[in-house]
Amino acid sequence: MRRPHAGRPLTLLAALIAAFALLAGCGGDDDSGGGSTPAGDENVTGTVSMTAVWSGDEQAKFQKVLDGFTERYPNVTVNYTSGGDQLPTILSTAVQGGNPPDLAAVAQPGLVKDFAARGAIKPIDFAEDAITQNYSQGWVDQGKVDGTLYGLYFKGANKSTVWFNPHVFNDAGVEPPANWDDFLKVAGTVKDSGVPAFSIAGADGWTLTDLFENIYLRSAGPEKYDQLANHEIPWTDPSVISALTMMKDVIGDPQNIAGGIDGALQTEFPTSVAQTFGETPKAAMVIEGDFVPTALPADANLVAGEDYDVFAFPSLGDSPDAIMGAGDQVVMFKDTPAARALVEYLATPEAAEIWVEQGGFSSPNKNVDDNAYQDDLTRETATALADAQTFRFDMSDLQPASFGATVGQGMWKDFQDFLRNPNPQATAQRLERDAVRAYK
Amino acid sequence: MAGGGNIAAAPPVPRERRRARLRDRVVAGAFLLPAAVLLGVWLVYPAVNTVVRSFYDRSGDAFVGIDNYRTLFSSDPLLTAIRNNALWVAVVPALVTAIGLIFAVLTERIRWSVAFKVAVFMPMAISLFAAGVIWRVMYEKEPDRGAINATIGAVADWVDPPGVLSSARASSPALAGGTGGGIALRDTVRPGGVALMGLTGIRASEVPDDAREAVRPASRPGTVTGVVWRDFRPGGGRAGVVEPGESGLPGVTVELRHSGGGRVATTETGPDGTFRFDGVADGDYRVAIGAATFAAPFDGVNWLGQGLITPAVMMAYIWVWAGFAMVVIGAGLAAIPRDLLEAARTDGASEWQVFRRVTVPLLAPVLSVVFITMIINVLKVFDIVLSVAPASVQDDANVIALAMWRTAFGGTNDFGLGSAIAVFLFLLVIPVLALNVRRFRREQ
Repeated sequence: MRRPHAGRPLTLLAALIAAFALLAGCGGDDDSGGGSTPAGDENVTGTVSMTAVWSGDEQAKFQKVLDGFTERYPNVTVNYTSGGDQLPTILSTAVQGGNPPDLAAVAQPGLVKDFAARGAIKPIDFAEDAITQNYSQGWVDQGKVDGTLYGLYFKGANKSTVWFNPHVFNDAGVEPPANWDDFLKVAGTVKDSGVPAFSIAGADGWTLTDLFENIYLRSAGPEKYDQLANHEIPWTDPSVISALTMMKDVIGDPQNIAGGIDGALQTEFPTSVAQTFGETPKAAMVIEGDFVPTALPADANLVAGEDYDVFAFPSLGDSPDAIMGAGDQVVMFKDTPAARALVEYLATPEAAEIWVEQGGFSSPNKNVDDNAYQDDLTRETATALADAQTFRFDMSDLQPASFGATVGQGMWKDFQDFLRNPNPQATAQRLERDAVRAYK
Repeated sequence: MAGGGNIAAAPPVPRERRRARLRDRVVAGAFLLPAAVLLGVWLVYPAVNTVVRSFYDRSGDAFVGIDNYRTLFSSDPLLTAIRNNALWVAVVPALVTAIGLIFAVLTERIRWSVAFKVAVFMPMAISLFAAGVIWRVMYEKEPDRGAINATIGAVADWVDPPGVLSSARASSPALAGGTGGGIALRDTVRPGGVALMGLTGIRASEVPDDAREAVRPASRPGTVTGVVWRDFRPGGGRAGVVEPGESGLPGVTVELRHSGGGRVATTETGPDGTFRFDGVADGDYRVAIGAATFAAPFDGVNWLGQGLITPAVMMAYIWVWAGFAMVVIGAGLAAIPRDLLEAARTDGASEWQVFRRVTVPLLAPVLSVVFITMIINVLKVFDIVLSVAPASVQDDANVIALAMWRTAFGGTNDFGLGSAIAVFLFLLVIPVLALNVRRFRREQ
């Protein structure tokens, strides 16, 4: 998955004050947050090295989180280095060379599975109680490989969201829909008001797979979702074809897509956002995750709730609310007391809140104080993510890369072809053919 | 230096001279060694290893023979890449050379030749990737974003102006009848009837300022009355019914047609969208709004679509390289003796004949240098395709070098197949290289 890494600018001072206020607030309370997590310990000594994708602005924000840790554990030094987008390659090479960092935050569950199978990462069951207490079951399960807990999701992304232009919705006199039928009705009404309902970033295949995965998770249910993700059922399964048929209701009407089909196929994600929330909106809605605001045109001074707003991906029939998303999980390569202490610390709501207050962050930790989020929209999407009864990881991220995450082939390519020629049967067959090839 | 046979035939070389020659060789070897090591490490070893790797599978563990080569010639995307590369070789070097030649000859004769040369040569100063990014934006289909479609659109809309209600659609199935284009009522009307022409798909901001709330006109004997209105109010409203808050559409040309087609009369709607045809003879009629009202504005040429992407990338590539060809050919042109051209002219040759029979033959060596250089460049074309073609059409724009990169590094990480593609590309370049080397030798 590719998603823009960016965040809202925030004054350093406010962040520092917030961080210190938090630390001061929980310093004396041994049982805050994670229950068994000690608030601090001077007896733990050593050095911890950690790697993640976060660089630049995000790195500065994460450093504040780490500063919170060294406040508690003054005798531990944490060395954070950013791996950037090449992190998977860097980690694989480091593991092969026998010199991995102590901890790493990894966005690819497949890679974690691979490391676990090779014995490169260590179970983090010492923190299982704290994690179970702070995370909903869906997130805990995502961190497990064959029943053993290896990963702790520190940062998350809620991809079950639809962003809309409230001005267009007002002109059309429609309200954010709650279920699929209303959603399609709203799309039709918006179209009649003279504005295409959808801005589709068809040049980026991942936006199309995200849309499908959201529909599939709701129409076929989480069990089928898991089976399809593991390729235990074929892509030609009737449930896939029915989900594709539903998807066709969204992408099948060229008049209801900004720029028509040809235009959509050459629209990248940032453009799809910019054209929806620009001066003269070219569409009413962008169907993508909680990172859409980071792609808003910076010079337009758009106000959350007024110029852009969000609703949860509509439910299908009586499907329970389910969240499809992604996240970075912290895994441990070397089992040292200092590394353990950092894992336990990162599982606490206090650690997450330090970043939450700086903006640009959704925490999967359900005990994070809702008030810490800077604006209502982030609060809404982030709490939905943390509280989700049903959470499933972005399916394309769970696939072999040649099927789920490669430009011009596999899922990305097949769904672009589906946009070009929305034939559910033919698309299902192509997906199955490519999946079989990739799983060989 | 003399050949081996001569040495054998010559009288024995004195000892000192033999030692001197040995020393020369050692010194020469010492000087060559760093270059040889570097060449070995950076060129020979990787080349050999690539060939070896191309016979192994994706992970490099299992020997698979020529399987990778078989895949190369049997999978659709790779065949497309090979076909596209052939097209590139067939079209681009010839075009670049021809355009360079034309520019070079013309710039000799115009007054602002330096300015012109600088302008044509300028693209050489930026990387191919950056040039690709520029063209990617210029090629956008949306005339609002793509400069090329904006230009074409300005002309196209001037020649064939878009209708006043280009985005509008009929609001109900009642408006789906008749022949003669446009939107027509399905049911015929008789004098005294009222025609309701509801349209949707019109932005509130597109409704003219002088528009007033739509009213349903009363029926009048001997007259066909009606209203054209924006059949939409917040929330949608009921289709085909004039409701409060819905706006009339003024200035729309309405036609009264015979029920079998053929126009009887036309009129324009007023501020509240109403219209009427007076003094209509008894009979069945159809009320319609002509097709011209709904004529769509220029929609944009789909440069970045499946069909045009390869020519579009080629155009960007030629834009970059034409300057190079022009400068090289221009230098060759300057070296041609003027008296030859003068002599030809004195003998009564026309300018075309001078160009065709004297200038071009004299330029042949330079032209072939440009042509062969371009063939090599075009065989390995890569970055401009990557930057111009959106991900959705990269398969259609694919070329061998791009296919290699995508296979080996683009997520699949199949180094076996990637190496096979690299070897194939290498084999393609070899004959051209050999040609080039031979030509160099001949010139020496």
